[in-house]
Formats: sequence, C-alpha cells, structure tokens
Amino acid sequence: MAIDNAADTLPKLLLQHLKERGDRPALREKSRGIWRTVTWRGLADEAAALAAALSERGLQRGAHVALIGDNRPRLYAAMSAVQWLGGVAVPLYQDATPDELVAPIQRAEITYVFAENQEQVDKILSILPQCPTVRCIVYDKDRGMRHYKQPQLVSYDTLLQQGKELLASKQGLLQAEAARGNGQDAAFLFFTSGTAGPAKGVVLTYASMIDRARVAAAVEGLSDAEVAMAYLPPGWIGQNLFAYVQPMVVGYCICCPESSDTMLADMREMGPSYFLATPRVLESLLTQVSMRLEDAGGLNLAMYERGMAAARRSRARTAAGGSGSIGDRLIAKVCNLLIYGPLRDVLGMSKLKVAYTAGDAIEPELLMLYRTLGINLKQLYGSTETGFFVAIPGNGDVKADSVGRAAQGVELKFTPQREILVRSPGLFKEYYGDPEGTQQAKSAEGWFHTGDVGYLGDDGHLRIVDRMKNVGALNDGTLYAPRLIENKLKLFPYIKEVISFGDKRDNVCTLIDIDFAATGRWADKRAISYTGHADLASRDEVYELIADCIAKVNAELAQNPALAKSQIHRFAILQKELSPDEGLLTRTGKLRRAVIAERFKPLVDALYSGRTEASIDLGHGASVNMKISNAKVSAATPARRAA
Amino acid sequence: MNVPVQPSILQSSERAFAIGAPILELDSISLRFGGVHAITNVSFNVLEHEIRAIIGPNGAGKSSMLNVINGVYVPQEGTITFRGERISGMNPPLAARLGIARTFQNIALFKGMSVLDNIMAGRYLRTHANFLEVAFQLPRARREETQNREAVEEIIEFLEIEHIRKTPVSRLPYGLQKRVELGRALAAEPKVLLLDEPMAGMNIEEKQDMCRFILDVNDHYGTTVVLIEHDMGVVMDISDRVVVLDYGKKIGDGTPEEVRSNQNVIDAYLGVAH
Repeated sequence: MAIDNAADTLPKLLLQHLKERGDRPALREKSRGIWRTVTWRGLADEAAALAAALSERGLQRGAHVALIGDNRPRLYAAMSAVQWLGGVAVPLYQDATPDELVAPIQRAEITYVFAENQEQVDKILSILPQCPTVRCIVYDKDRGMRHYKQPQLVSYDTLLQQGKELLASKQGLLQAEAARGNGQDAAFLFFTSGTAGPAKGVVLTYASMIDRARVAAAVEGLSDAEVAMAYLPPGWIGQNLFAYVQPMVVGYCICCPESSDTMLADMREMGPSYFLATPRVLESLLTQVSMRLEDAGGLNLAMYERGMAAARRSRARTAAGGSGSIGDRLIAKVCNLLIYGPLRDVLGMSKLKVAYTAGDAIEPELLMLYRTLGINLKQLYGSTETGFFVAIPGNGDVKADSVGRAAQGVELKFTPQREILVRSPGLFKEYYGDPEGTQQAKSAEGWFHTGDVGYLGDDGHLRIVDRMKNVGALNDGTLYAPRLIENKLKLFPYIKEVISFGDKRDNVCTLIDIDFAATGRWADKRAISYTGHADLASRDEVYELIADCIAKVNAELAQNPALAKSQIHRFAILQKELSPDEGLLTRTGKLRRAVIAERFKPLVDALYSGRTEASIDLGHGASVNMKISNAKVSAATPARRAA
Repeated sequence: MNVPVQPSILQSSERAFAIGAPILELDSISLRFGGVHAITNVSFNVLEHEIRAIIGPNGAGKSSMLNVINGVYVPQEGTITFRGERISGMNPPLAARLGIARTFQNIALFKGMSVLDNIMAGRYLRTHANFLEVAFQLPRARREETQNREAVEEIIEFLEIEHIRKTPVSRLPYGLQKRVELGRALAAEPKVLLLDEPMAGMNIEEKQDMCRFILDVNDHYGTTVVLIEHDMGVVMDISDRVVVLDYGKKIGDGTPEEVRSNQNVIDAYLGVAH
C-alpha cells in the first residue's frame, strides 16, 4: 500500500493524500440535482481554513466538539479541522430529540457544536441552559437562520471566510499542530446506542481506528478507486469508520446522497463498489423490491420466483456436499442474465465488490438471498468498544450463520456463560468520565466483555447467539433467544419489527409491527379499506395475514428440535409504528426491550392470560383496545433433511 | 384546529424584508353573476412583503376575490391598482407578466408530467428563446435551459421535494401535489403570490409543513403572499393582516388579534340568530 505507516493520525493522513492524490475525488455530494466533487486538496484546504478559524476562537487540544447533521462534505471537513487541532470529534445522532442530546453533551463536556441546519440549532439552543459548557455553535445551512441573534452562533461560511484570511498567519501553527498529534491521542468519542440504560461515551484513539480500518482494507484489497455511499447516521461508529476513517487510510471516494429519500436513486447513479448496511436497510430494500415485483406481476414475478427457487435448490445441494450439476450451473447463468443482473442494477449494486452488514444480527436467509443475487454480502461482528472490525468473513469463506473468523490482531475468549471476550488493538481507550465502568467492561489484561453470547464452531467461525441480557429460558428450561425468531418473521415484507417474549414464560408470544407500505398495498389489492395505520393494523384480514406468516415460521421452527418449543403461540399487532422518538427503539433502530415491555405491559399480560383484547393507555387519558390472536403451532417434527 | 408554528419565526420582530408601501390596492370592488352578488363594494390593500389572508365562511366570495385580483373575473365596479399603477382590464396573462402568480384550490398541475417538468413550466415567462431556437437547441435556448434548471433546482431544494423530482405528479399524494403547485408558482419569481386554500384537505403535519414553507417563502424571497384559508387557526398564526368576508361583504380587516375580537367576525363564524 502506498500509505506510509508513519502517518499515525487522521490529519497526517489527510496531508499525505493532499500530496499523493490532491486532484482525486475525496467526496462527492449530490446537491440541486448535480453531483459535485470535493477533491482531497479541496478537503484539506477547507479543513485547514476551518482549523485556523477555530484555533483563533480558542479551540484547544483535547476539546470535545459535537457534530450533528447528515453526511455532508462539510461535516467531514469540520471533523478533520477539529482533529487537526487535536480536538476530539463527537458525532451525535442527527435525529435525536433535544432531551436525548442533553446527556451526551453534558457527559462529554462539549464546548463547540457543528450543527447542520436550523432544526439542529433549535435543538441545541433549547437545551443550552442545561449545557453550560457549550460556547460556540457553528451552523452550515443558513436557511431560516436570519433571525437568530444568539452570541454563540456563527455560520460555517463566516468561519470558513475568517479561516481563509487567517491562513497565511496560521500556517506555522497548523503545521505544528498536525505534527504534534500521535496515535495514542483520543480521536473520537462515540455514544453507544444504549439498548439498555443510558448511552456511554466511548473514547477511541487514532491508533485503534486506523489499525482496524487497515485490517479490513487488507482483507478486501481496497484501493483508492473504491466508491462508497455515506448514508447511515454519522453518530454510528460503523458509518464513521467506513465513510471517514477508512477513506482517510485508503484514499477512496465517498458519495453523499441528496437526502435519505433519494438514496436508492443516487446509489444507482454512483454504482458504489464498497457498501455498508444494517440488516434493517437490507430488509427494507428487499421489501421495496418485492413490492415492485408484485406490482409488475405476471411474467416478471413468475421469473423472479422461479429464479430464486432455483437458486435455493442449488444452494441446498451445494450445502449438502454436492458440487452443483451442469444443469444447475446453466440455470444459474441464465438467471444471472435475466433476473439477478437486472435486480442488482435496480438496487445500485452491480459494481459492488463487497457489501457488509453490521450493527445487528441478520437473518441467514436474508443474507443468502443477497448472495444469491450475486452480491458479495458479508456479516461483520463488532461494536463501538471493539473498534467495529472484530470478525470479518474471508472472501470465499462465507457461511450464512457465522460472522467469519476473528480479524487480524483480534483474540477471542469465552466465559463459562459463553459471553464473548475480545482483545484487540482496536479496543476503546475508556468510557469518558467513567473509570469504574471502564474497569468493569475491560479487564486489566485488556479483555473486553462484549455482552454478546456466542461460540466458535469447529470450522473456526464465530457465531453470535444474541445479546446476553436477551437470552433466557422458557419455564421448562428450554434456551430461548428472541432475535432468531424475530429475524425469521421480519423476512416477510408485511412485518417490519417484531418483539417476542418468552423468558420465564410458558411459551413464546410476540408483538408485531406491520410494514405500513407493504401491508397497505396488500390491502389495496384486496379492496380492504382502511383509514390509517391503526385501522389497518386492527383489521381481521391483516390479523389473518400475519397469522399465516407466523404459521409458516412456526412450521420452520418445528423442524429444528432446539427451537420447536420456541414456536409463537399468540400475537398482537401494534397500532403504531415503533419509533425512536418515543424511546422504543435506539437511534440505530434496535429494540429497547425493557422499555417496550413496560409500555405495553397490559398487552403482554393479556397475551399470557388468554384474553383476546387488551387496553393500552396512550397517555392524556386516552386508551386504545388491541386485539390478540392465536397462532397455529406445528407439531415438532424431526429434521427431514440433513442440514 | 390550531396548528403550532415554529416560534422562532413568529417571535422575531425583525424581518428580512420590512413591510413596505401598498403593492396591491382593491377599491370598491363589486362582482355580480347575473343577480347573484358575489362581492359587494369590498376595498382593501396588500402591503409589500406582508402575508395577507382572506378568510370567511363558505360562499363568502374569497375565491372570487382572488379571481378578480388575477383577472379571471372582471368586476362590474371598482379598480385594481398594482404598484401604484391603475390596471384596467386585468386578465390572467397580464397578471402573470406583472408578477402575480397563483395556486388553485383544486390542484391544476399537468398530471402526466414529472414534478421537474411542472415546475419548469413555471419558468415560461423567464424564457425568451423562441420556438425554433429551442427546437434546434441554439446557444440562447441552451443557456436559458441551464439557468431555468438551476432556478428550479433551487426551488426543489427549498421545498424539500428532491426525492420526487422525476415522479409523475399524478402518482403523488395530495399534500405533495400542493407543494409542487407552490413550486411552480415560485418558479415565475412572483412579486405577489396568491394561494387559494393552500392547506385544504391536509392533515395536521402537512399543514405545519405548508405553513413553514409559506413563511419561508415570504422570509427568503420577500414574496408578498395573499392567501385564502378556511382554517382560522392557521391564518391567525401566519398572517400579518386578515380581511374577513361574509356574503360578499367585508366585515373585518386588521391584525389577527383585532379580527379575532371583532364581534361581526365572531357572529359570522359561530352563527347568530337572524
């Protein structure tokens, strides 16, 4: 690789790119319908100017600077500028409510904030009294900002202009600051998604982030010719590594879509070669595809179904040890030409070299479905504290239910409860301002307790069962891991989210959150009228539809002796989408199980008491009645075919 | 129904464009259809850069008033003065050239065309290249096309409709169609924007969005806005001054507070025994 290993911080890497590939694209942004390019020189110049202006305003080494906004070149330029001066970047989730922002800003003692637009500025201003450490708020988009007269506010453009004027006089200082940084400095402070309890501030150093980025780049043989989309929340470490740290290490180009709504079309225009997604994104992509195919109907739908069935058959045969007959290979070729290829094109994935799914467990069937389409989708394992890249499946060594082998430099160990312990150069430095928490999570020998249950198979592949706190047992002692069951249900386009209960219960029951678009379309086709989400969700026809889906999953579970007892006995459909704004999901879309269980307690109790209806208090004295339905449970059968 | 609007905009005493002199004056307008008196002797003015609302119960003559302003109807009596100049024989093309753009109560978009094309259509008056120049893509036509597209893209960004840029209008939900229509009116870079029930048939969220866009248009481009609205709450929140019509007559005129406490208005809206 051309990158000199002496560059141990991101600002040093940025300066290196400026020298080596100054005119190559670093970022592209679609704005007003046109893709606009920022070269490495452009990025470095802008970061330098911003850094000059920030240092003039007193930004000190080690200062914590929050960034809140969408993926934009300016967000990344600001991050570079902050780190240039030795500051620590604290990317926050841009759709967090003001209340959710208070804790991170207080805990991290944020002094400067980069906010994308009026919406974000409003949030920060509304919590300013609780956050006295905030001295300066830099906003990018000036729309609607004319009336704001708060002394803390300064526009990005003004800052940039000031920086450009100061640049000549600050040249020496900037060079010295860039040189002063070293790999052991704190680079980022990420807040964990907080599925249980408040989010913790995880401090990561340049050394660990750069090390992990290099390891992953080596596995995939990434070069500076890669193109990737930046569309996940920058507050998530995965997105940050992928769209900021790794480009800094490898020198590839990041594309920012116009808005999250245009992501699919924009992705198709850019044809990324490297892609990161969460299982949720992959599920919704698939839902869109099946919705559109259903609309197309006729020949298209028939071809798609035949093609996918053929792929499943040949996969089953290969898994059983066969090498695939000539007939199979011929069919696969034809399918690739007629079905998979065009589908890849529609998804914007025809140029993909590798795609990763991370952030949550993916249903093996979904993973294999994408692989069937000829997309090299792989499941990663990692978390904020472990520097994201813990296990990466090697190319040609991908298994549906595993996250691959431990990545280079990672050591794995298991507790008797099968909790995964990780030791790696990518481990976090500390939880900010919480030495006790750090000590609890990270042992003196450097082993980090992940809180995930998993095991190493005989093949050396790591397999994740679930979060430790989720894994429980039914009353008869059968092991119960909710995510497995839920992910199977989420494969149906009509089902968006599932939360199942079973720990310390006699059987498994679930709450279902329907996918409004897909179920709505299903209802339209059958001339079932409804007024909105709540109405649709409580229709008897929809209950039957979901009961059907559950019966299919139950039949599948019944074939596996270990899971036969985990069949779903009863369910209810939620009348409103689970939303992070109500605290039911984290900002990355993971379930907050405890909060949901508490919120829908009467309903859960009713699920287990045999009643067919329950009343849920909506607050403000209003309440809603929700129906409960039984699901068809299959008799446990021994597995018919060898897996 | 009272729709809350971002306080940051409302509470600001300082406007980007200070309210100026009357830009549009309507004096003693009377409009009859045969024996039906749609509007009877109504006078009011609209100041430059203000948001002026016309409200009233069903059949009060609100839409007729808007149609008089842009020349769809010619009143039997009364005069219209635009920017100090008395306009005799107002008609829609003239109104457009003067810088008066409008939207319609029942959306009047080109249903089969994309959002982009619809808004581009609003640039018609800003295009000077003739038919042949456009047909042969001569330099001026191409230059203007680029300029127009830039202006339209700015509006698309302003109204946050990037994701439907290429979607045929007929496939869009009602609330978005209304937004596209606003976009087309804005594309003409109007001095005065007439909005005929911009929030009719919308849910609360869509109404909030629309309110924000109207306020932003006024704030960002300085466009004078005349709007008709049914929803009292909305009107009171975003207007500078309000005219109240009832049975074709003006029964109130003033700031939202003044109008709200006007006994005639209360009677018209709540109904009194005659």
